[in-house]
Amino acid sequence: MYTLVYDGTFEGLLTAVFEIYDRKLFHVKLIKGEWRTSAMFEEVLQVITDEHRANRVLKGLRKKLSAAGIQRLYIAHMAEMENEESAIVGFIRYVFDTDVNVEEDYGNKYVMRLSEILKMVRREKHRMEAFIRFQKLKDETYYAAIEPDFNVLPLIIRHFKNRYTDQKWIIYDIKRRYGIHYDLHDTQYITLDFSEVNKPADVISAFTEDEKIYQQLWKSYFTSVNIVARKNTRLHLRHIPKRYWRHLTEKI
Amino acid sequence: MNAERITEKLNILADAAKYDVSCASSGSKRKNDNKGLGNASNGICHSYTEDGRCVSLLKILLTNHCIFDCAYCVSRKNNDIKRAAFTVQEVVDLTINFYRRNYIEGLFLSSGIFKDADYTMERLVRVAKKLRIENNFNGYIHLKSIPGASDELMREAGLYADRLSVNLEMPTEAGLKLLAPEKNRQDMINPMNFLKNEIILRTEEKKLFKRAPLFAPAGQSTQVIIGATPESDQQVLQSASYFYKSFNLKRVYYSGYVPVLADKRLPDLNTSVPLVRENRLYQADWLMRFYGFHVNEIVNNQNPLLDLDIDPKLSWAIRNMQAFPVDINKADVQMILRVPGIGLLSAQKIVSARKFAKLSWEQLKKIGVALNRARYFIVCKSNEFERRDLTGNNIKQFILAESQSKYNKNTQTQLNLF
Repeated sequence: MYTLVYDGTFEGLLTAVFEIYDRKLFHVKLIKGEWRTSAMFEEVLQVITDEHRANRVLKGLRKKLSAAGIQRLYIAHMAEMENEESAIVGFIRYVFDTDVNVEEDYGNKYVMRLSEILKMVRREKHRMEAFIRFQKLKDETYYAAIEPDFNVLPLIIRHFKNRYTDQKWIIYDIKRRYGIHYDLHDTQYITLDFSEVNKPADVISAFTEDEKIYQQLWKSYFTSVNIVARKNTRLHLRHIPKRYWRHLTEKI
Repeated sequence: MNAERITEKLNILADAAKYDVSCASSGSKRKNDNKGLGNASNGICHSYTEDGRCVSLLKILLTNHCIFDCAYCVSRKNNDIKRAAFTVQEVVDLTINFYRRNYIEGLFLSSGIFKDADYTMERLVRVAKKLRIENNFNGYIHLKSIPGASDELMREAGLYADRLSVNLEMPTEAGLKLLAPEKNRQDMINPMNFLKNEIILRTEEKKLFKRAPLFAPAGQSTQVIIGATPESDQQVLQSASYFYKSFNLKRVYYSGYVPVLADKRLPDLNTSVPLVRENRLYQADWLMRFYGFHVNEIVNNQNPLLDLDIDPKLSWAIRNMQAFPVDINKADVQMILRVPGIGLLSAQKIVSARKFAKLSWEQLKKIGVALNRARYFIVCKSNEFERRDLTGNNIKQFILAESQSKYNKNTQTQLNLF
C-alpha cells in the first residue's frame, strides 16, 4: 500500500493519477497535505504537481468522458471533501480501464459515489445562491459573509456576476478566509483583514442608513407571510438547517 | 421614506397576500443583457416560512380594499380589518431593494379590486412597467390578472410580466356561485383564453424574429381553494386536467382552505387545514404532468377520493396489481415510472445504468429507489420477488406498518392489525 501526498489542486490530483499509472501502483491511498520527509514511512510518495503530466491525463480523460463528465469530476474535486480522493481516483481508473463512456453506469460504486458527492456539492451551491444576504456598505458595495461546508465560492461567481451587474459586491467565505469582489467590471479573489473591525459599532457604522430599514422590513415581511395554522417546524428546519441561520437576516 | 408607515403597509398587505399559494419563480428566460439588475430563469427559494413554505418572491397585494364580498377571502368588503394601499413607487422600491440584497427572486403582485377590473389591472401593469423600463429590472414578475380586465391591458401585462395568473378560486362553477356570487367563471376564462392565444402567437413570432419581445415567458397558472366547498378530488383533478389541456397552463395550485372567517356557507373556524389532502392533490398533479397518468387512472367514479393514507401512485398500483411485477432491467421507462417508490431521477438513472449491467437490489437502493414500496412491484437481477402471493391490501398494510415518518402520522387512529 502506497500513500501519495499531493498539494490539493486539480492538477496535483491528475499528476498523482499519472504517477499511479507510470509506476504501476495498485493499492494506493491519496491524501492532500504537506510533504514531510521521513525515513519511517518509506511507502509515502510525494506528488510534485506537473502541468505537463496533468495535461496528459486530462487529455486522456477527454477522450473517454463528455465535457459535462469532466466538469463533474472537477466540481467533485473542488468541493474539498475530506478523504474522497480515493473515490475520485477510483472513478478515473474505472474510466481508463473501460472501453466505453462509463459516466452513467450508476451500478458502479465509484460512479455512484461521484454522483453522491456532486449532489451534496450542488445542493450547497444552490443553497448559497439562495441564502446569501447582502448588506449595503457606505461605499455602495453590497457585502455578504458565508460559511459553507464545502468550498463552493468559486462555483457561485458566475451566478452572482450575471445577476448583479450594476452593483459592486463582495462575498466572503469566513471559514476559508477568502472572498470575491466584483467592481462593476470584473471579479477577483480577495482576502480581508478583520482584526481592525471587531467592535460591533464599527460594523454598524459601515452600513448605509437605509440598510437597517430594509433589514427590518424583510424581517417583518418574513413574519407576516407565515400562516400559523400551518406551522410545521420539522419541514422548516429541513429547508433551512440551523447552521445557516447566523447569516440569514430574517433569522438573526 | 417613512419607515414606520411602510412597515405597517407591508405587514397588512403581505399578510393579506399570504393565502395565494404560487411562489414559483422558475420557467422564465429573462437575461440580464441590458447591464441592469437581475435575471429570471433558475427559480430559487430564498427562505422558508415557519410553516415550511418557500419564500421566493415578494408576495403582496397592491391594496386590500375590495368591492367584492367573497365569503372565503380575508379582504372581503364586509370584513372589519385595517385597510391599506401601496403607491406604485413604494412597490418598486421594496422590490428593488429586496432584490439587491438577494432576499427575493422578484415580485408577485396581486390586488383587491379598487373600483373596477381595469382600474386595478392598470395599476398592477404600471408597477411592472416601471420596474422594467425605469429600473432595468430583469427579475421575475408574476402579476395576478384581475377577472374582467380588458384584452388591451392583458396584452400590456404580458409584455412586462414573466407569469400571469387568474385565480379560479373554486374548483367548480357551483362552488364559486355559492361563495362568491358576484364573480363569474366566464370573467376568469376570458383573460385566460386571450393570454393562451397571445402566447401561441408570440412564440411563433419569436421563432421568426429573434429580437421579438418576450411575452409572459413563464406562461400562466391558476389556483383553486380546496376544502371550502364540498367538491370531490375527482372533480378537482378533472377540472385541473381540463384547464391544463384547454389553456396550456403551466401550473394549477391547490390551496388547502385556512378558515379565517365565520360564515354559515363555510367550514367551521376550528376546522383544521386539509394539509394531507392538499399534499395528495399535488402528488396526483405531478402524476398527470410528469408520469404519464391520465386523470381517470388516478380518480374515477369508483374512486372519487384520493387515499389519505398512501400516495396516489401506490394507490393506483394496488388497484392494478395485474400490471406488475415490472422487470427493472427490461421494462419501458414509462412503466418504470409507474412503480411506487421510483421517481423521475431514479427512473432515468436506472435506464442509463442498465445499459452497462443488470441491476440488483443493492444498486437500486443506491440509485435512490425507495425499496420499502418498490420491492413489492419489481423484479431485478436477483430473482427474489417480494410480492409472492400478497394481495394489494396486504401490501398496503405492510407498507403502512413499517413506514416510520411519512405515513404513520395519519394512521395513528387506526387499530394495530399486526
